[in-house]
Amino acid sequence: MHHVLVDHWSQGASPLHARDARAKILVLLVFLIVLATTPADAYVTLAIDAAVLVSGILLAGLPPISVLVRAAGILPFSAAFGAITWLAGDGWRAVALIEKSYLSAVAVLLLVGTTPLPRLLSGLEALGTPRILVLLAQFLYRYLFVISEQAQHLQLAAACRGGSSGRRQSRFRAAAGALAVLFARSYYRAEGIHRAMLSRGFGGRFSLLNPMRFGALDAVFTGAIVALLIMARVQ
Amino acid sequence: MHIPDNFLATPVWATLDAISAGAVGVTIRRAGRDLPDTRIPLLGVMGAFVFAAQMINFPVGAGTSGHLVGGALLACTIGPAPAVLVMTTILAIQAFVFQDGGVLALGANVFNMAVAGVLAGYLPFRLLGASRRGLAIFTGGFLSVLVSGSLALSELLISGVRMPRALVFTSFGLFAMNALIEGAITISVVQALDKLNPGFVQKPAASTGRILVVCGCVALLLGAAGFLIASSAPDAIQNLGQTLGISTQPAFQTPMANYTAGKFESAWLRRATAGLTGLLLICGLCAAGARMIARRRSA
Amino acid sequence: MKPIVEIRDLHFRYEDGTLALDGVNFALYPGETVALLGANGSGKTTFVLQLNGILEGIGSVEVCGLPVTKENLPPIRSKIGMVFQDSDEQLFMPTVLEDVAFGPLNQGCTPEQAMEKARVALRQVGMEHALGKAPYHLSAGEKRKVALAGVLAMQPEILVLDEPTTFLDPPAQRNLVHLLRELPQAKLIVTHDVHFARALAQRAAFFEKGKLVADGPIEEIAERFQWNYSALDADLRYSAQRRF
Repeated sequence: MHHVLVDHWSQGASPLHARDARAKILVLLVFLIVLATTPADAYVTLAIDAAVLVSGILLAGLPPISVLVRAAGILPFSAAFGAITWLAGDGWRAVALIEKSYLSAVAVLLLVGTTPLPRLLSGLEALGTPRILVLLAQFLYRYLFVISEQAQHLQLAAACRGGSSGRRQSRFRAAAGALAVLFARSYYRAEGIHRAMLSRGFGGRFSLLNPMRFGALDAVFTGAIVALLIMARVQ
Repeated sequence: MHIPDNFLATPVWATLDAISAGAVGVTIRRAGRDLPDTRIPLLGVMGAFVFAAQMINFPVGAGTSGHLVGGALLACTIGPAPAVLVMTTILAIQAFVFQDGGVLALGANVFNMAVAGVLAGYLPFRLLGASRRGLAIFTGGFLSVLVSGSLALSELLISGVRMPRALVFTSFGLFAMNALIEGAITISVVQALDKLNPGFVQKPAASTGRILVVCGCVALLLGAAGFLIASSAPDAIQNLGQTLGISTQPAFQTPMANYTAGKFESAWLRRATAGLTGLLLICGLCAAGARMIARRRSA
Repeated sequence: MKPIVEIRDLHFRYEDGTLALDGVNFALYPGETVALLGANGSGKTTFVLQLNGILEGIGSVEVCGLPVTKENLPPIRSKIGMVFQDSDEQLFMPTVLEDVAFGPLNQGCTPEQAMEKARVALRQVGMEHALGKAPYHLSAGEKRKVALAGVLAMQPEILVLDEPTTFLDPPAQRNLVHLLRELPQAKLIVTHDVHFARALAQRAAFFEKGKLVADGPIEEIAERFQWNYSALDADLRYSAQRRF
């Protein structure tokens, strides 16, 4: 699954991986905002933005082709809209749409490919994201893989019992039944988690463990990249 | 529909980010008591369930299959406020981990699917659920997808994304079809859930004066659908006017004539500002009107 | 010697009315290992959930001299460490280290203290290398060991394990047996696996339809209730004979 690969990338040990999550998030936001406000024909700015991303990928030790291919998932959608915009006579805008949406996807991939999700969540919380959303994301991500596997098994089991033949209505109902079973199993799993939490003395409030330190290197990193991006934008 | 980055105009995504942040913040504060830390694993797990459930194929004919989106299903099982938060979390994870939907556009996607979509999915259940449960649940599923799709489409149009009329109508048609599928899947799953454990789906009490919320949603729908139809080509009335030789020039100048506002250089920024301002005005008026009605009712 | 766990006349009924425990009397002494045997649905798991207050029945339940009441739950949950059958339900934190540190944090340790206790516990079960890993990257056996570490980090006096061999292959089972034999705590092991039980426990308690019907040396109990493979061998020999 896609997120397993990204998860694997995020476990690396490059200088980029070592940066504080808050620094990387801030840099990403500045990058995206600068990119979004860059006019269609500012190709120098766009080239600099692309160069920043490529250097990021190389610094992080991520497999470049793999990253660029993964980000290309956005292309069918933006290419379609790009084609329409081109046909409507707005050529520059069409190209910009495709370029910018692709660069945005690479940028986001670079963030999650160099930051394990627990640390990313801690960084988001430190930057002001409500605690409950951070905790929700933590639990969701933890059980995403487990429950997705279960869903695949249920689909397979239904298919084995004559899934691709049979009347559409009964297959529809079978799928609904599988979904209901998945719901029930998830619900009871949550009850089991609750029991396990209580058994280890849960007192009513989670305390997150991730110690973060925003060091000098993080400040330099953030300052330098933000300055570069803004200078590229305003020239 | 997850809108990627760089499709929406800056005023559009920035405003929607602010609106979503506000809406989610209000939801968290209002639901505070009902969301102790002990409930979080359940909500997280149900979020993972929705993610996984989106993978299950529902055959809908001609070799195609539909999938559950899940806003309405979540709303009538875990409750509307938790559903808003769970859908928000799902969208955030989809944006960051799967690059499905933009990061700057997250506010727009959250507004469309986690806030408006869940609200539209829950309201029929709340209003009709006691008396005509099956219809209520189907309508909830249907509206949740239709509203979020329409809003997405409107936002793209307001941002000046070129969409020929045919494409707009085709897209809307696709959303309508997906909406029907969502309704069908949601009611099927609820029926299956009832057989497993009748306690899974909430039992809505017979509702009384939540007209405020109804007005708010109708306003949203109108605002969303209204901008779909906004087009610079002369419409039927103007056409009629031209044929009959009656002047179609406005009698007086208004601040946002021809759907442009502000002194921006870019044409689409002007239209975007106008469009959004219009939407906010309509929402505001309806909300104010609803409050007046409510006050008169309770007086 | 005073029992470390003492239960007198325990009754428990589920919400739907089914009688799950019907007058159970039991005592566990420091340092001993007792296997809880019985058919599915006989009440074994319901029984152990009473010990740390997850379920509340009628009767006397005392752990380390403390009656199991709401006020006593925090210290009791520190003294009894429970390892559940489904490790995925037990390892709910994003990484191994955070999960094992969860218990100590709840006991009032600072984050540094909690992490240190977690490391020690992980070292004890041989999983220190997996500190930063996410639980879904671990095998069933590894998850089981981490779950055990999560409980050991709280320094309990009693260990309760519910079907610990579930999903474990024979090498993992052997590993677990050796691990458990090293631990000094009193242990209650709910299991269907008679070999596993025999390797660890001297005594067994047999549950039947919510009643504790027998309590004694494990070999006797296994023989008496045909709760072993020799019964299966006897069946197979009998049906082989009948064919001639």
